[in-house]
Amino acid sequence: MSMISYPFGYTRAKSLAEAQALLAKTPEAKLLAGGQTLIPTMKMRLAQPSQLIDISGLKELSFIRVSGDAVVIGAATRHFEVMNSADVKRAIPALADLAGGIGDPAVRHVGTLGGSVANNDPAADYPAAVLGLNATVKTTKRTIAADDFFTGMFETALQDGEIVTEISFPAAERSAYAKFRNPASRYAMAGVFVAKTKNGVRVAVTGAAPCVYRETQMEKALTAKFSPDALADIEVSPDGMNSDIHGSAEYRANLVTVMAKRAVAAALNG
Amino acid sequence: MTTVSMTVNGKAVSENVEDRTLLVYFLREQLRLTGTHIGCDTSQCGSCVVHVNGRAVKSCTMFVGQVEGADITTIEGLAKDGKLHPVQEAFRENHGLQCGFCTPGMIMTAVDMIRRKPELDRDTIRHELEGNICRCTGYHNIVSAIEDAANKMRGGKEKAA
Repeated sequence: MSMISYPFGYTRAKSLAEAQALLAKTPEAKLLAGGQTLIPTMKMRLAQPSQLIDISGLKELSFIRVSGDAVVIGAATRHFEVMNSADVKRAIPALADLAGGIGDPAVRHVGTLGGSVANNDPAADYPAAVLGLNATVKTTKRTIAADDFFTGMFETALQDGEIVTEISFPAAERSAYAKFRNPASRYAMAGVFVAKTKNGVRVAVTGAAPCVYRETQMEKALTAKFSPDALADIEVSPDGMNSDIHGSAEYRANLVTVMAKRAVAAALNG
Repeated sequence: MTTVSMTVNGKAVSENVEDRTLLVYFLREQLRLTGTHIGCDTSQCGSCVVHVNGRAVKSCTMFVGQVEGADITTIEGLAKDGKLHPVQEAFRENHGLQCGFCTPGMIMTAVDMIRRKPELDRDTIRHELEGNICRCTGYHNIVSAIEDAANKMRGGKEKAA
């Protein structure tokens, strides 16, 4: 009586310490946060963990606080909380916008920041904000810079037994996120997060390639001149871009430029 | 097998379940509350939407263990004392359903939407319905029904013609 076609164990952790202990005891276990990607993946048997440790209910990982120039968000914070947070809207409105565009209302009520980032789905939105804003991922073992965190498709620098606890997003002078949704799945076919800070401009791209990445030639051009026109002569290479029935690599490469221009325009208006 | 306990439509329930049981199967097959539907089983169509602690969720994409101790409302829990909920009534009055398959999810989504945003315009309603698919494509009257219900629930008389 279940659509998950194989049996597995489920344990709900009551504290972060308990989750760590359980993970140490059962190394084959997988962490369950909101489950909005993991559960569909399990239905398709693309993942078959024998044991789930549910950390989605941990109150100690669900918070939003402002710390200096940064917004620090707990890993188990729902997208719905981030999109509606007055602190996030004030400090980094683009981050609230991005959270409000993930999935649909029911998904946003359940999905979590930590789950999205740890899962690193190639079409997930949050990784673009983490990389674009040069955020820092804090885990039970260490802190990891965004540039070192996302290592490949569904791959991150997280080690066995390591749990994301919070992410610190430095506020930008201006930032915005623009994505082109697949008309059917509504996942990003290309999503671009642009952030202008006193240290320059960062441009992070999700959805277009197997893993979120920075478009460095755009960063240089936008650091020199923060305007959509600055991107006019930049050609994004289709090499290594995703190519499937929804769009060719060339199509996605073009979308990256279009979304980047839209994000810059939105950042200027924001 | 694990024992899970929660409140469903105001009644305390406690049942033995396999760990892999999804909430929608628990509701439909174990509690026999078959008003909640399974459409796509991939969290896209929204026919399985129920409320967990007052928030709309897709019950095909949650394990029953995740709602231990929670307060669940399904479509069966909306009518009170034989009287339809205002959103149900508005769907009836505005012909907000055709085949009816998506209707429980649409209504549960609408109730959640109106609670969060009492001032709803048609554009907002359409955006909020992003996670609910009507295979009859009967969106026009669904939007009208939700608009009507929102107006009535906040006691407004400014219902658009």
